[in-house]
Amino acid sequence: MPQIDQMFEIWSSQLFWLLVIFGFVYFVVGRGMVPKVMDTVGLRDKQIADDLAAAQAARDSADEAEEAWRQRENANREAAQALVNEAKAKAQASTESRLASAQTGIDAQLAEAEASIEASRAEAAAEIENVAAEAAQDITQRLANIKVTKTEARSAVKKAMVHG
Amino acid sequence: MAVAGETAKVDPMYQFTVKPLLGENLDIAGYNIAFTNSALWMLITAVVLWVFMIGGMKRELVPGRWQMTVETFTGFIDDMLEANVGKAGRKYVPYIFSLFMFILLANLLGLMPLGIFGVHPFTFTSHFTVTGIFAIISFAIVLIVGFAKHGLHFFSLFVPSGTPLPMVFVIAPIEFISFLFRPFSLGLRLFVAMMAGHVLLEVLSSFVIDGWNAGAGFGLLVGVPSFLLMVAICALEILVAGIQAYVFALLSSLYINDAENLH
Repeated sequence: MPQIDQMFEIWSSQLFWLLVIFGFVYFVVGRGMVPKVMDTVGLRDKQIADDLAAAQAARDSADEAEEAWRQRENANREAAQALVNEAKAKAQASTESRLASAQTGIDAQLAEAEASIEASRAEAAAEIENVAAEAAQDITQRLANIKVTKTEARSAVKKAMVHG
Repeated sequence: MAVAGETAKVDPMYQFTVKPLLGENLDIAGYNIAFTNSALWMLITAVVLWVFMIGGMKRELVPGRWQMTVETFTGFIDDMLEANVGKAGRKYVPYIFSLFMFILLANLLGLMPLGIFGVHPFTFTSHFTVTGIFAIISFAIVLIVGFAKHGLHFFSLFVPSGTPLPMVFVIAPIEFISFLFRPFSLGLRLFVAMMAGHVLLEVLSSFVIDGWNAGAGFGLLVGVPSFLLMVAICALEILVAGIQAYVFALLSSLYINDAENLH
C-alpha cells in the first residue's frame, strides 16, 4: 500500500504542493472569482426583483388611471344625460306653448268666423225682412190698394217671421 | 500490465505510487519537496478548475450554459452554507467552494480513461497525506473560529444543551472524543472511498486480462462479466466522486456551524 509505505518520504512533498496549489485555488478561485460570480447572481436577482416591482407599480398605476377614467366617463355620461333631458324638457315646453298659442289663435279665428257668420246671417235676415217688408208693401198696394207705411209693413213682417 | 505467458500479476496498489517527476532532491529545511505525479495532478486539477471558473466570469445578465453551470455550483455551496450555518456562513463560501470543487474535480479527473492515450491519471484524493491535510485545514478553521468567537465558552460544545448535571461528566468526555475523531473520519472517509473504487476497478481489470490470457473459455466466463461489472462500477465511481466531495464539504460546513453557533 503505497499510501503507507511511502508516507515518510512523500508527506512533506504532498503537504508543500497541496498548500501551494490549494492556496492558489483558494485565493485566486475562491476569493477572487467566486465573489464576482455570486455578485453577478445577486445583481441579476436584484434586477429581476426590481423589474417585477416596477411592473407591479405600473400595473397599479394603470388600474388607478382606469378607475379615474371610469369615474370621469361616468360623470361625463351623467352630464350628457342631464343635458339631453334638459333639452328634451325645453323642447317639450316650447312645443306646448306653441301649441297653446296656436290653439288660442285657432279659437279666436273660429270665434271671429262664427261672429262674422252670425253677423252675415243677421244682415241677411235684416235684408230678407227689408225685402219682405217692401214686398209686403208692394203686394198690399197692388192687391188691396192699401197704402201701408214702411214701418207697419216691417212690424207685420217681423210678427209673421217670429210666428213663423 | 501483465504480458501473456508471464505469471500474469497486476498489482492493484501500484496506481497509488507517488513518483517524483522534477527536483527529486529538492529540499526545504531538510524536507523533500519533489514535484511528483501527485503534485502534477493537483496542478492539473487547479488549472481545470480555474478554466472552468473563467467561464463564469462573463458576468452577463442572461447567462450562457457555461456561466449558468458555474453559477449553479456557487449557488449550491452558498445554499448549503446558508442552510447549515446561516447568514454567517457566507464568509466561508470561498473556502468550502474551493474545497468542494478541488476534491470533486480531482476525483473526476482521476477516473478519466486517459490510460488509452498512455497518460495515467493519479487520484491524489486517494492519499491520506492529502485528505488528511484537507481535514486538518477544516478542523483548524473550526478551532480558530470557535475559540476566537466564543473563547473558552467554546468548550460548552461538549455539553449538549438540556443535559442533566450528573450526565455531564459522562457525556462531556464522549463528546470530546467524538470531536477529536472528526478530522480523522473526515480525512479517512474520502481517502478510503476513492482508494476502494480504484482498487476494485483495477482488480476487475486484472480479471479481464488474466481471464482472456487463460483462454477464450475463461475470457467469456470471467472476462466479459467482469468487464460489464467494471462499466457499472465506473458509473458508480462517478457518483461516489460527487458524493464524497459533497460529504467532505457538507461535514466541513457542519463543523464550522458548531464553531459559529455552538449548539
